[in-house]
This record gives sequence, structure tokens and C-alpha cells, in this order.
Amino acid sequence: MTAEIRTSDGELLSVKLKKVERRRRTTAFLLAAPLLFFIVFAYVIPIFQMLGRSIDNAEMNSFLTETHEVMQTWDGSEMPGEDVTSTFYYELKTAVENKYHGKIATRLNYEKGGFTSLIKKTSRKLKNFDENANFLDQFIDVHKKWGDIEYWLALKRGTDAYHFRKYLTTFDYEQKFDGSIERIPEKLRINVTLWLRTIFVAVGVTFCCFILAYPISHLLSVLPTRYSNLLMICVLLPFWTSLLVRTSSWMVLLQKQGVLNDTLVSLGFVADESRLELMYNMTGTFIAMTQILLPFMVLPLYSVMKTISPSLMRAATSMGATPFHAFRKIYFPLTYAGISAGSILVFVLAIGYYITPALVGGAKGILISNRIAYHMQQSLDWSLATAMATVLLIAVLVVYWLYNKIVGIDNMRLG
Amino acid sequence: MNSKKSDFVKFEQVDKSYDGKELVVKGLDLDIAEGEFLTLLGPSGSGKTTTLMMLAGFETPTNGEIYFDGRPINNIPPHKRGIGMVFQNYALFPHLSVYENLAFPLKVRKVDKSEIEERINKTLKMVSLTGFENRMPAQLSGGQQQRVAVARALVFDPKLVLMDEPLGALDKNLRESMQYELKHIHESLGVTVVYVTHDQGEALTMSNRIAVFNDGKVQQLSGPNELYETPVNSFVASFIGENNTFTGTVKEIASGSAKIETDSGETIVANPIAVSSSGEKSRISLRPERVSIDPNEQLENKFTSEIREIIYHGDHTRVRVNLLGNDDFILKVPNASSDLKLNVGDKLDLGWSSHDCRALDY
Repeated sequence: MTAEIRTSDGELLSVKLKKVERRRRTTAFLLAAPLLFFIVFAYVIPIFQMLGRSIDNAEMNSFLTETHEVMQTWDGSEMPGEDVTSTFYYELKTAVENKYHGKIATRLNYEKGGFTSLIKKTSRKLKNFDENANFLDQFIDVHKKWGDIEYWLALKRGTDAYHFRKYLTTFDYEQKFDGSIERIPEKLRINVTLWLRTIFVAVGVTFCCFILAYPISHLLSVLPTRYSNLLMICVLLPFWTSLLVRTSSWMVLLQKQGVLNDTLVSLGFVADESRLELMYNMTGTFIAMTQILLPFMVLPLYSVMKTISPSLMRAATSMGATPFHAFRKIYFPLTYAGISAGSILVFVLAIGYYITPALVGGAKGILISNRIAYHMQQSLDWSLATAMATVLLIAVLVVYWLYNKIVGIDNMRLG
Repeated sequence: MNSKKSDFVKFEQVDKSYDGKELVVKGLDLDIAEGEFLTLLGPSGSGKTTTLMMLAGFETPTNGEIYFDGRPINNIPPHKRGIGMVFQNYALFPHLSVYENLAFPLKVRKVDKSEIEERINKTLKMVSLTGFENRMPAQLSGGQQQRVAVARALVFDPKLVLMDEPLGALDKNLRESMQYELKHIHESLGVTVVYVTHDQGEALTMSNRIAVFNDGKVQQLSGPNELYETPVNSFVASFIGENNTFTGTVKEIASGSAKIETDSGETIVANPIAVSSSGEKSRISLRPERVSIDPNEQLENKFTSEIREIIYHGDHTRVRVNLLGNDDFILKVPNASSDLKLNVGDKLDLGWSSHDCRALDY
């Protein structure tokens, strides 16, 4: 049994130590606090709110609360009864009076095409309804689509407070009104193609960056400082240039009447009528992204290579290893940490890349992020956009988790 | 008959320049005998490490030829030379265990598995590291890393092992015990060792012969004893051991003795090593331990000094005196003779033999 250790003034050592440490901890926290608050309020909370939209349907649910409740007892095997149709009639009437029936129309149109015109036409005719007659018949009189049970099923589903159907759409699946999950018709499938293309481009760009960065990083790490600084500036120069400027310069270089094609034609490598298609396709996306992301591979590689003593290679060769063997067995394994850190950086950045593919990618070179932007800005299907963004985020987190498992996040260094 | 070659390694008129303006090594001629422990000793920038690197094959001579076991090796890349090397910072492969580090040179040579194990065990036993096979280099202390580096340079039985200041990073005690250990390993294996250091104590302890480098040239090549006792020029005298100097002009010279008038006007009788005619300027070198205090025997040189400073060093006391205008004349007084009462400002009679006092180049 050990005696409790006390400091000279008789206090318990553990208590005293905590007291002394508290001040230091408080200072540390205060130093980090501004950034912490900024990140939480400007980053974490908005992101979670945004992500919530992928499943959130509370607004719609609040517009048609009672209809939704009444519909819960309707099994959907035959046309809905008067309890449903009458509740829907009154709630739609309130909606028209308060002018939010447009939102209902838009939202329901995501569930089933044709709903926009259906709701609009119905809203206009609501004042002609006889509140004592059969509502379903009157609905069908206004528009024959109300006779199609699928519209009523869509109404039931479309007023759920939350749903996960956008995640199905993200992977080109849909849930039929009978609950079964099927792939959408082939000619409508685009997301899976984009996912695969995004992963392909991200992996490919990472690989290209690795191939280009490895030798240059090695050179940087062995050159005398004055030369290596100059070379480092060349590598980092793109960093200091606006992304948009860089991408636009690639457009100047790569387009059909661009610098590269002109040069090739004037040198006679390519005939004038068969100029290379270097832009508005995958080639353009690849070239521009590789150049832009290259520094993210060079920096971690360089910082790791800088720590490898040149005497290791000398030692290996003095022991009889050919330079190649020494490289493969000694130098290369020692750069794993840099390779993995650089790869994860480039991969994570590439998988969510937006501007470059948008500008030089064309239809054949766009990536999933461009699709997300499309849903945010054009189709205004924010739920789908955020569902896709969530999947992207999860994918990145999985990659990150794997990296931490295999390499350990502590090994990431950036110069 | 397995006679040892006296020119196992041979440098022939070797020059080396890095920038085309300055020669780092100038006209080096050096023979290294088989089984010898030869140390290249010198201050930094003296060309000793460059010489070693040329022998290892990491640097190419600008001129001249190096022979190893009778073969010219200028055009043989390092990995085909079969020379073991221990680096200054050990250069252990940080991602490989001790066992794998040692196995590396053997695997390269396609030695089969059982023999690899046998040789590694034997070598680890030699450096007293049995049981450390699975440790990673980072888990070893500096001294242990050093032993692994030595073991790795020896495990493939090279005929020649090069060591580039291998003990530089160790603390004093460890360095001394490693010196003895390396010396014993060398003696028991009979391997030829070329050792680079700037630490003269290390060189004197371990070597069969020492080549003192300065300014790209070998100043003196001889055994430790000879080097200390009979330095041939003032650089060697001042670089090896402690040294008191006077400068003066030769007045009279005969075989075995020269009268030299110091700058302060006194005359010292000295042993003419690098002076041959009167009128020459000379630097006289005298080891502190060759100076007698209160001499009663017959000595050619007897002078009175004044004590300037007394520094206690445990086993001996160093006394700085002013003698013949030299304010930094050092005496070493063993503490056994502590009956001697020394005080700053006291006068002290000193004397030494003309033989111990060497008249060298200026």
C-alpha cells in the first residue's frame, strides 16, 4: 500500500497538480476558442442542417398534416375514402388562401410527374366544389389524374415528415408505390455513371500526381537549399494563382484552336482537320486537375523525403545492393507515409472537385460535384443535392478512416 | 603461406576537387596494409572523409587511382566493391528490425536462410546484442545502434571496413568503452579497418597507424606512439596532444642539438627536427608532461616562470605560467605531488631536456 503523496504545503499531489494545470488548460482553450466557435457556427452546424435536408420533409408535412394523418389508416389498395379526400380538400383550400399551394405542387411533382399542373388546376377550381357532394368524384371531374390511385399514393408518401428516397435516387434506384425498390429506366440513369467516373478520375488523378510528384520531390529533397528553394517556388507558384485563372489558362492551352493544338499542327504532328479533342472531355479534366492538385502530393512527399538521410542509400549500396534494389527495399518503403498522406489529400480533394471539371470537363468530363451543383442551382431539388453530398462526405470519411487504420493520421505531414 | 599484403589498399597520386577551384585532397599516396587499423585523423575540411568516401566509391577521384587488393577500383560502383561501412549517424534502416538490418547485406548476396541466421547470431554475439533481433532501431540506445551498425558492416565478412566518425554521437564514457570494443573486434577478426575521426584520443587508442590530414595532405603517417612523441611538423605537434610552443630563430646548429633564440631574446637548446641551417625561423614544441618543476638534475634548459592560473582537474592540476614571454605555457602537475604549494603570482623554476624540445617548421 502506497502512501498518498502530498506536496510540501500538505495538499494532495494529484489535486495540486490539477490546480496548477487548470490555468494552462484554460489558456490553451481560450487560444483555440475563436476558431472553435467559428468552425462550429459557420461550418459544422450549417453542414448538419444542410445534410438534414436530404431526409427532411417537415414543411410539406406541416402543410398537409391532417391529410397525412388520415391517410395513415388508408392502406392504398383501393381509392381513398371520403375522410381522406375531404381533409385534403380543406387543407388545400387553406393552402390556396395562404398561397403556399405552389410549394406543395413542386414538392409533390418530385414524387410523381404531372403533379404541378394537377395541383394548379385543382386549386383554381376549388371554389366551385360543393362541400356536401362526394369529394373524390369532384376531384376526378376537375382532373382525371385524380382517378389514378398512384397520385393519391404519391400524396401519402410525399407528406411523410422524413424519408430516405433521395438516397435511392443518388444511386439511380427508385421506390415504387408498392414499396419495391427498382433501378430507374436505363436512359434516365446518370448518377451511378457519375459516381464511377468521379472515383475513376479521383484515383487516376491521384496516380498521375504520384507519378509526377515522386521524382520532383526527391530532387527537391536532395538539391542544395538555394536550388531547391527555387524549384519549390516553381512547384508552389500555382498555389498562389487563383484556381479560376489556372483553369482558364488550361482552356487557352487545350482548346481546339488553342496553343497546344496550334503547336502540334505547326510542327506537323497533327493534321489541321484532325486537331486533338483535349477539352470538354475526360482528358481535359484529367490534365487540369493533375496540374492543380500536384502540390498537394509534392509537399507531403518532400517533407518525408527530406527526413531520409542520404547515408541510408549509401549504406545499402555499400552492403552490395544495386541502386535499384536499395531504392526498392530502403528508400521507397521509407516514403510510404508521404505517399499515403499525399494520396489521401489529392484523392479527397479530387473526389469533390467542382470548378475545373465544370469549366474544362464538358458533358463527358463532369463529376458528381457538378451534378450536386446542378441540383442546387437548376433543378432546385436540394434534398437530392444534399443526399448526394452526404454520400460524398461519407465516402471521404471512410477513406479517411481507412487511412487512419492503415497508416495512422499522425503520420500526415505537410512540410 | 598467407602473407599479409602491405599495399592491400593503395592510393596513387589521388586528387579530388568538388568545385574545380580547390583541391580537397592533394596528391595523396597512401598504402594500407592488410589487417591494419588505420586512422585518418584531421580537423574538419582536411580531406579525411573525402578520402574515405573515395575508397567507398561514393566519390570519384579527380585524378589518380585507388587500388583495392591489387585491382584498380575507380570505375567499380560502391555496391560491387564489397567494402563494409559504418556511418557517422549509423544509417540503420529505420523500418527494418535489427535482424532485418543485418540480413540485408546477406540477402543481397543470396546467402541461404539458415546461414543468414547463423551469421547474424554470431555477429550479434560479437557485439553483445544477442536477444535484440526483433527490436527496431528507434528502440535502441545510441550505443546499441552503434553496435548494430558495426555488426551490419561486418556480417558479410568484408575484407575492408570503413568507419566514418562512428562514435561521434556517443557520450564520453560510452565512446571510450566502444573504442576498446572496436579495437578488440578488430584484433579478433583481423579485418582491415580504415577509421576516420577528428578525435585524437580515439585515434591514439585504437590505431595501428594514424595518418594525420591537414589541408588535403597527409602530414604524418606513423604509429600512435611515434606520432605523439616525435611529431614531424608543427601542425602535427599542435594537433596531437597538448603542446607548448615558442617561436624563434636558429642561431647555431649541430647534429642533435640547435641553439635557438626566442622572440623574447632567450636561448633554448632544442632537438632540430625540421630545421637545417642557422637563420631559419622555427617553432619549438614541448609537451607539458616533459617539463620538470624545480629541476635538480642537469638539464640544458632551465628558466624561471611566473604562475598565472591554477586549474584543478581531479587527477592532475594544470598550471598556466608565463615563461619566456609565452603567457599560455601549460604545466601538468600530478596530484600525487600535492605537497607542492602553488599560488598565483609565485615564481616557479622549470627545466627540460633538449631532446624533448623539438624545433619544427615555422
